Amino acid sequence: MSAKEIVVKDRRTPLKTARGLGSSQSGVGHWWTQRVTAAALVLLVVWFVLTVLCLLHADYATAHATVARPWNALLLIAFVLTMFWHAVLGLQVVIEDYVVTRWRQVVLLVAIKFLAVLGALACVLAVLRIALTP
Amino acid sequence: MAEFSLPKNSKIQPGKHFPAKDAKKPRIFRVYRWSPDDGKNPRVDSYEVDMAACGPMVLDALLKIKNEIDPSLTLRRSCREGICGSCAMNIDGTNTLACTKAIDECASGDVKIYPLPHMPVVKDLVPDLTHFYAQFASIKPWLRTQSPAPARERLQSPEERKALDGLYECILCACCSTSCPSYWWNGDKYLGPAILLQAYRWIVDTRDEDTGARLDDLEDPFKLYRCHTIMNCTRTCPKGLNPAKAIAEIKKLMVERRSA
Repeated sequence: MSAKEIVVKDRRTPLKTARGLGSSQSGVGHWWTQRVTAAALVLLVVWFVLTVLCLLHADYATAHATVARPWNALLLIAFVLTMFWHAVLGLQVVIEDYVVTRWRQVVLLVAIKFLAVLGALACVLAVLRIALTP
Repeated sequence: MAEFSLPKNSKIQPGKHFPAKDAKKPRIFRVYRWSPDDGKNPRVDSYEVDMAACGPMVLDALLKIKNEIDPSLTLRRSCREGICGSCAMNIDGTNTLACTKAIDECASGDVKIYPLPHMPVVKDLVPDLTHFYAQFASIKPWLRTQSPAPARERLQSPEERKALDGLYECILCACCSTSCPSYWWNGDKYLGPAILLQAYRWIVDTRDEDTGARLDDLEDPFKLYRCHTIMNCTRTCPKGLNPAKAIAEIKKLMVERRSA
């Protein structure tokens, strides 16, 4: 080597890098909730598909009346909320997996939550309007 | 985004061909070559090896190439019986140990040999496993106790000892971790199947008293929950172990110690 000075920017040991910022003490809730919402969706999707199939050739008034029935309205809201909840949990995993740049990751993680809340609220509002207007 | 194409200086170029003279049963081995010293891109050299004068395992062929054809070929090997884990590499599209992989088991045609995927390459078939070993050290892979040490050995019943079967055999060859896409994309934080299997080995050890702290250290979206159970680890393990199951067991314990 010549007299040229070599500046090493990273003097951290491999262990320092591997340990990083440590454990965030979270993740179990996400994992468990994803499975619980999945189990709920199995039942709700079956109900939803059957209900939609029953409405295949129905006119507007029949469809309106079906959604307005209390049990149907309740299950429809439950279905929509569970679906958005489960979708956000799933999308979060995809973003954490593939979006490497930290700021992009944070922006996307927050954005999907905003969008899911908006979507869920819009769906709930729609069902309520049908169910509560005579 | 995760990068799905190789950087320019990692793109593989065609390499040299080394024909064998008067070979009775010639077979071609296509081997990944890269040297940090010549500034060139990686290449794949092909070596014609006479199977009539070669041992049955892929390692035998690699050593025959190194000894008789091209001494510059660089690889790690030590025990030649599947217990040291040094010769882990990607053979015929699968991560495995060159010493226990029979040449006959490879698909017909050329035998393709690459270093373990998605690791920095030191030279040819030698990957840099520094981070992998540091991750292993980070789980503190030794018996952690608080009770005063007994005068004699720490006892286990035969059933308790049985819980370690399928775990203690892991030789840390890194075949599983380097076969895992989650480890490829997020290996800086995700511990990967090998290290998680090792972590579980200490979690289920009845003599270890630090179980809660071990689970605390793993409870993290990146350290543990990057595993999506695609089972590449279990499929590739040259020792026939099941890291995916060990990870699933850790996840079960995480749920067990909290409210549903």
